[in-house]
Formats: sequence, structure tokens, C-alpha cells
Amino acid sequence: MARNSQSGALLLRYVLKRLLWAGVVLVLVSFFAFLVIQLPPGDFLDSYVETLSRSGMGVDSATLASLRHAYGLDRPMVVQYWEWVTRFLHGDMGVSLLYVKKVNLIILERLPWTLLITTSSMLLMYAISIPVGIYAARRQYSLGDFAASLVGFVGMATPGFLLALVLMWLGYLAFGISLGGLQSPQFMQQAWSWAKLKDLLWHLPVPLFVVSIAGMANLIRTMRATLLDELGKPYVTTARAKGLEEGVLIRRYPVRAALNPIISSGGWLLAELFSGETVAGIVLGLPTIGPVMYRALLAEDMYLAASCVMVMSILTVIGFLASDIVLAFTDPRIRLS
Amino acid sequence: MTDTAPSRYSASQWQLMWAKFKDHKLALVSLGVLGVFYLIALLGPFLAPCDSWRTSQFAFAPPARVHIFHNGRLMRPFVYGLKMTSDPGTFERSIAPDKSTVLPVRFFARGAEYDWLWLVHGNMHLFGVDSGGQINLLGTDILGRDCFSRDIVSTQISVTVGLVGVFITFVLGCLIGGVSGYYGGVVDNALQRFMEFVTCLPTIPMWMALGAAIPTQWSNLKVYFAITVILALRSWTGLSRQVRSKLLQSRDEDYVIAARVAGASDSRIILTHLLPGFASYLIVSLTLEIPRMILGETTLSFFGLGLRPPTVSWGVLLQDAQNLAAISVYPWLMFPAIMVVVCVLAFNFLGDGLRDAADPYKE
Repeated sequence: MARNSQSGALLLRYVLKRLLWAGVVLVLVSFFAFLVIQLPPGDFLDSYVETLSRSGMGVDSATLASLRHAYGLDRPMVVQYWEWVTRFLHGDMGVSLLYVKKVNLIILERLPWTLLITTSSMLLMYAISIPVGIYAARRQYSLGDFAASLVGFVGMATPGFLLALVLMWLGYLAFGISLGGLQSPQFMQQAWSWAKLKDLLWHLPVPLFVVSIAGMANLIRTMRATLLDELGKPYVTTARAKGLEEGVLIRRYPVRAALNPIISSGGWLLAELFSGETVAGIVLGLPTIGPVMYRALLAEDMYLAASCVMVMSILTVIGFLASDIVLAFTDPRIRLS
Repeated sequence: MTDTAPSRYSASQWQLMWAKFKDHKLALVSLGVLGVFYLIALLGPFLAPCDSWRTSQFAFAPPARVHIFHNGRLMRPFVYGLKMTSDPGTFERSIAPDKSTVLPVRFFARGAEYDWLWLVHGNMHLFGVDSGGQINLLGTDILGRDCFSRDIVSTQISVTVGLVGVFITFVLGCLIGGVSGYYGGVVDNALQRFMEFVTCLPTIPMWMALGAAIPTQWSNLKVYFAITVILALRSWTGLSRQVRSKLLQSRDEDYVIAARVAGASDSRIILTHLLPGFASYLIVSLTLEIPRMILGETTLSFFGLGLRPPTVSWGVLLQDAQNLAAISVYPWLMFPAIMVVVCVLAFNFLGDGLRDAADPYKE
């Protein structure tokens, strides 16, 4: 009992430490996002004026100066950063010049789709790569192992945008329809119904495949390699010598040990998924955050771009935190360090 | 091992590794493939039959076939010239081989002028056709430029981006990982946390944000270096983590303590005692970092946030293949994609082979 409470205290301390650290990372991430706003030459009013003058409207310098003052662009960098962060925390992310809309509305509209794509890709990734990795390690150099490695290598070496393009092309050849987007046009404005859900499920496989293939390749390789290492260890031989049934043995010990690196890479995988989601989103036209960030960057709509970067990074930090905590539960050694 | 090879007991570390590496057939083949890629990059304009920026009226000409029979007679290899035909009904213009013009393929032909490596001015090409004609082994693009030549010139950019980027990665990774691992304590802690922060930023969005910030008026060379720096900003973390853990591991080894007691300086300990111990691991992880950079550059350039025309890289070329119509009607525009996949695969196989060879415990 005493040992248990001690272990609980250690776990709590560890979790608190990670939480504190996640806060520090978020501050650093906000610096980076602010940097994204500041990097392009000129401030966002300059690009606004440029947009206006391109459409034939002029802005006189007095109006410009007052606007600049109103947006606080004439104040020192630190003050601007502080204002931006506090506004961000209150849910006011500025206005997008590109979409002529509040940034937080754009983000809110697209966040559920982003979460849907990333979480289902993640589930798919684990559901496929763990069993395949186990299979490949147990039947090393078999045909299945070879096939898994082949898929892994292709997933690793093909740029995501290329995969998306080729799949769209194949889909077009096979079905004569465009596989882009997540919904058929006729369902866009409709309320949710079974038909709409079915339509969505039809559109999901291609994006999920494109988003998860790179991470999946990586996971299969890691799972296979760590399990092979574990299978060669003396405790496995001992368990076998004592007559433990092979299936039970594999599941109970080496697989559990080999899962730890997989769990600890969860946060990193989430960061990869946002990369994949951005690339696939642009090519396939998904209603997620990545493509909006891309369009915002091209149009120098910096508040929108920075908010997208910020939101994706916040989600990644949460992912890192979650995987750290899960790992502390599954691998008791972590709590001690 | 053959008889001429040194015996296992007297062979040096590198000789042992080479012996093991030679058994890894896939890695050996990959080394050869990469050799070809870098040879293409080195010889560049000499291998390209045309000036890769010269436009022509023949847009989207399909790849030219090399024939050896003309009117039933055996001839030296030749291609037919191109002619523009228009459909009498629809007035649609199309390009077809002009069976009346025979353009023999000449080796070491004189053609477009170029500067080789900014050093030698020349106009000799490995092969080409007489002036006035053009040979488009992989067809032409929307402006009638020769795709084969453009593929070759873009190889120069794409394969070197990885090398330059890896050099920056190496410097950053060794510096930060070295300081972190050798000094430990507060410095180590702070640097570790900073590294975790960099890992928390999603790679492609971060690259895109930085790529978009490169001023449009920058010269091609400056953009090229800016892109390599941006790619390296993300990749140093892996290397520095390795350097750090190896340093931490060996810092308290007996031989290091012995060297310190004997009065060796920090730099001497690091360079002559510690570095040889893990140099092979560094080479492996750098090798595996190059393909990631190549993929990164390709992706950024494809989306128009990386290198920009007139610089051509594989990603820039693939911009032309952005829509389904281009892929199905002009499939030869996709050729750079094959080069990307082959090159990245080769680097990965090479890295795997090197990893196995560098691991002294693996038989």
C-alpha cells in the first residue's frame, strides 16, 4: 500500500512537470507564430493597402496612420506581441483579409474536420501498423514481411502530394469521378443525414491513406525492429523453456515492451499528421486548417496564417503531453526519471 | 571475406565496416544509383542536349522515338523532326513527327553554349542533333522546352540541396548536441527543452511559413541557400540528440577519465578520443537525413513556397503536373517524380546498409 501511494505521488509529480513544460513550449510556439506575422516585409496594413490599390481604391496617408495607430502597429514589438497573445487567448484572432471574415470563425469551421482527419488517421495508423509490425517481426523474411517493408519504403519515399495526385488520377480512371474533398457537392449545404454520412465515408479513405502512409511506414519499421530486439532477449527463451504458449508469451511480454517506443512517438506522429494533412488537404481540397494556412501564406494574410500555425502547434503540444502521460502509465520506469 | 582482405583481427574499424557493407547488396546497388545521380548533376549541361530554358513553338511534344530504319533502310540512330498539323475539321493543332526530316543523333555534338561549374565555357554535348532540329527524348513542356534537359539540370539543384542542407545540419547538430552532452547540467536542460519545442512545430507548416517569408526580390542563389537553411532548421534535432546521448554515455568512460587525468584538453578529448567512437553513427543519421531534405525541398517547391523559376528543381518541374489533365494527357511531365522516388529510396537503402555495417554487435 505504501509503495502504491509512493508510485502515485511520483506519477503526479511527473504529470505536473510535463504540464508545466507544455506551458513553456506554448509560449515558445507563440513567439514563432508571432514571428510568422512579422517576417514578411512590411506589416499587414501594407498588404491591405496594396490589395485596395489593386482594386482601384486609394488610401491617404493620414487614414493609414490612424489605422496603424488603431491596430497598434506603431508600438514596440514587445507590446504588439503581448496584445496579440492576449487577444488570441480571448478568442480574437484578428480579421482575415483573404476571406473577409474573422479568423476564429474560419478556424472553428475547419477545426472539426482537421480533428476528424487527424484522429482517424492516427487510429488507422495504429490499427494497421501494430499488427503488421508484429507479423513482420514474427515471420521475418517471409513474403508478408517483404510486402510490409515494400509498402513501408514506398510510403517513406513518395512525397505526399504525389501520392494524392496519383490516387486522384487512378480514382478518376477507375470511377470517372473526382475523389477530391470530403463531401460530394450536393451534400455540402444539407443537414446531416444517413446519406450524407455515407457520402463522407466514401470520401474518407483516400485522404486518410495519404495522411497516414508516411507515419504508418515509420511505425511498422519501429514496431518490427523493437520487437525483433525483444524476441532475441534471454527472458523470451526462458519463458519458452518453461512451456508458456507462444501466442500468450508474445502478447504478454515482448509486445508490451515494444509498444513503449510506439506510444512515446505519439506526439511526434501528430506533428507528422499535421504535415500530411496540410499537403493532402491542399491537393485534395479538404476543408481542413492546413490548406487555409497555405492560401493565407500565399496571400500574405499573416494573422490567418499565424493562427493556423498556432492552432496546429497547440494541438501537437497537447498530443505530446498526452503521449508522455500515457507512457508514464504503461512504462513505470519513466516515472522515476 | 576474400584472402586479400585483412584478417578480422588486424582490420581497422573502417575496413570491417566496408566488409560488412559489401554484403548488403541492396545498399551497394543504391550506392551505385546515387553515384549515377551525382554524376548527372556534375556533368549537367554536357549531358543535356538542349538549352533547358530555350522555348520553341512545339509545346507538349511527346517524347521522341529514336529510330534506326528510315524507309526500310538501316541507318545510324536518328529522330524525326517535328511538324505542326491542324485538323481540317476542328482546327485543333497537334504535333507529329515529320517523316521527311531525318535528324541523325550525333555524339559529342556542338550545341547550346553553357558554363560548366562557372569555370569552363563550352558548347559540347554528349549527344545532340544538327542545329535547326531538336531532340526531345522526354518530350517538351508548355513552353516547348526540352523536358529531358530540364530534368537533368533540375537534378543538379535537387540532389545538392540535400548535401548543403546536411552540412548545415551537421554543424548545428554537433555544436548544440556537443555543448549539451559535454557540459550537461543547466545548459543541457535548456537546450533539451529548446529541442523539444522545435519538435513540437509541425514540419511542413513550419517550412511553409518560413518559405513564404523569403523576399521575392532575392537572387536565385540566395533563395537556394535560404531553403537549405530552412530545411536544416528542423533536421538538426535528430543529430544533436544522438551526439548528446553518445557524449553522455562515453563522458565517464575510463579511457576518457584517463585522458583527462593525463592532462588532455577538452578539444583533444572530443576530437581524438570521443569522435572516432561515434563518427559512424553520425554518418548514418546524416545519410538518412538527406532524403528527408530532398523530399522537403520538392514539396515546398511544388507548392510554390520553395525554389522559384527560373531555378529548376524536381519540385519546380512537378508544378507543371499539378492537375489531373496534365498527368493523363502529358504523362512525361511526371518523370521528375520517378527521379525523386528512386533517389530517396536509394538514400534510405544506403542508410540502412550503413547502419548495419556500423553496428559492431550485428553479425
